[in-house]
Amino acid sequence: MNESVMRTIFVAFLVCLFCSMLVSYAAVSLREDQLSNKLNDQRTTILEAAGIYNANESVESQFQSLTIKFINFETGELLDNYEGIDINNYDQVKYSRKEGYYTLLSEDEDIATLRRKENIGKIYILENTSNEITKIILPIRGYGLWGTLYGYIALAGDFNTIEGLEFYDHKETPGLGGEVDNPTWKKKWIGKKIYDNNNVSLEVIKGSVNSQDDMSIYKVDGLSGATITSRGVTNMIKFWFSDSGYKKALQDLKDA
Amino acid sequence: MLKKYKEILLKPLIDENPITLQILGICSALAVTSNLTVTLIMCLALTSVVAFSNLFISIIRNHIPTSVRIIIQMTIIASLVILVDQILKAYNYEISKKLFVFVGLIITNCIVMGRAEAFAMKEKPLPSFIDGLGNGLGYSIILIGVAIIRELFGSGTLAGYQIMPLSYPGNNLLLLPPSSFIIIGLMIWVIRSYKKDQVEDKDFKISDHEVTPNYEKKELNV
Repeated sequence: MNESVMRTIFVAFLVCLFCSMLVSYAAVSLREDQLSNKLNDQRTTILEAAGIYNANESVESQFQSLTIKFINFETGELLDNYEGIDINNYDQVKYSRKEGYYTLLSEDEDIATLRRKENIGKIYILENTSNEITKIILPIRGYGLWGTLYGYIALAGDFNTIEGLEFYDHKETPGLGGEVDNPTWKKKWIGKKIYDNNNVSLEVIKGSVNSQDDMSIYKVDGLSGATITSRGVTNMIKFWFSDSGYKKALQDLKDA
Repeated sequence: MLKKYKEILLKPLIDENPITLQILGICSALAVTSNLTVTLIMCLALTSVVAFSNLFISIIRNHIPTSVRIIIQMTIIASLVILVDQILKAYNYEISKKLFVFVGLIITNCIVMGRAEAFAMKEKPLPSFIDGLGNGLGYSIILIGVAIIRELFGSGTLAGYQIMPLSYPGNNLLLLPPSSFIIIGLMIWVIRSYKKDQVEDKDFKISDHEVTPNYEKKELNV
């Protein structure tokens, strides 16, 4: 009785139906909380990159200390307003896929293997009481070994010295490429410089940096066993600080 | 009746522990035990999955056609695991990020499948639920033990709180996954020296031989 084909199909169907209902109910009803967690996590990453994160205070209130601006990659202008879009809800990764809001990258330009780049980015600025920019936090992303790494890099008021680097999403191998999350490695970035005579010189090298080297402030230790991830991080820096990225804007800020 | 339930619940803790006796579920025991908080969440996740998968499978055990029974068990287990994963993502994002793929891997955890096949397919729902609970707890006891040793001596903290003096240098070996192999091995040794009946029979027997070689006997090695 239990073994007839029709009955087997019937039982399998019922089990699947019930299970899928359970799973989809959970996914839909918990979606809101999950999204807000994700947003919170992203904001924590921004605060951590800036080096101002305090675990005892709510992320929301700490986030208030940052000024958020749109950035036009083509002209390098910082904007307060862009087509009336609410800046808090602007997700530049999403807009890099939205018709009319992105530019396709040519092969020479596309060092970080992104294929397309949004026209408008979103950056975070930390000012001191006399309205001078002390830190600027810029989103970066690029392809590693298994997928795109998403992160933030914070620069000091000279728009050249790195204050922090954090990734909030990546798919690298735990223990190898996944070591981009290793606090010891991330600390090695602090104090490094990006531009040498207006060229992006910063790179992740193979092995460890020789401190006697004149160029040592433009070099970061590579991750052992993660050559491709390390190269991905270098490419990411090269791309986002080139003319197609933040270079113009940073130049303007420096001149101002 | 109550006594029987008590036995079902308590037996998997030491006497029939899934990790130390059956050597199942070692994968996550290696991966998630470097920090006590993460371990506790993992134990909670696994225990609830085993208990409820046992319950649901037992409820429909008389209707499951034998030809597709493993797939049906897997479907139920997988749905429960996704459920746990979704809840974690909604209410404890930090931990869910740290647990990474390991919550998803509960689906393939041998303890869950093993209990479904060995117990829930034959027994009534309530004993099955209790059996799942007991096995989850048996798994948890070992994992928590390993996590305490690893975190305390590896990084000098417990669940993130500093226990050892700050000058404690930390033992890096204990923070690496292979150390759990050593700790679990030692635990098995301790348990089996008290519970002799857990010692397995030898697979191979060494044939009769003399300990001291007999030099009188001359053998030709041609």
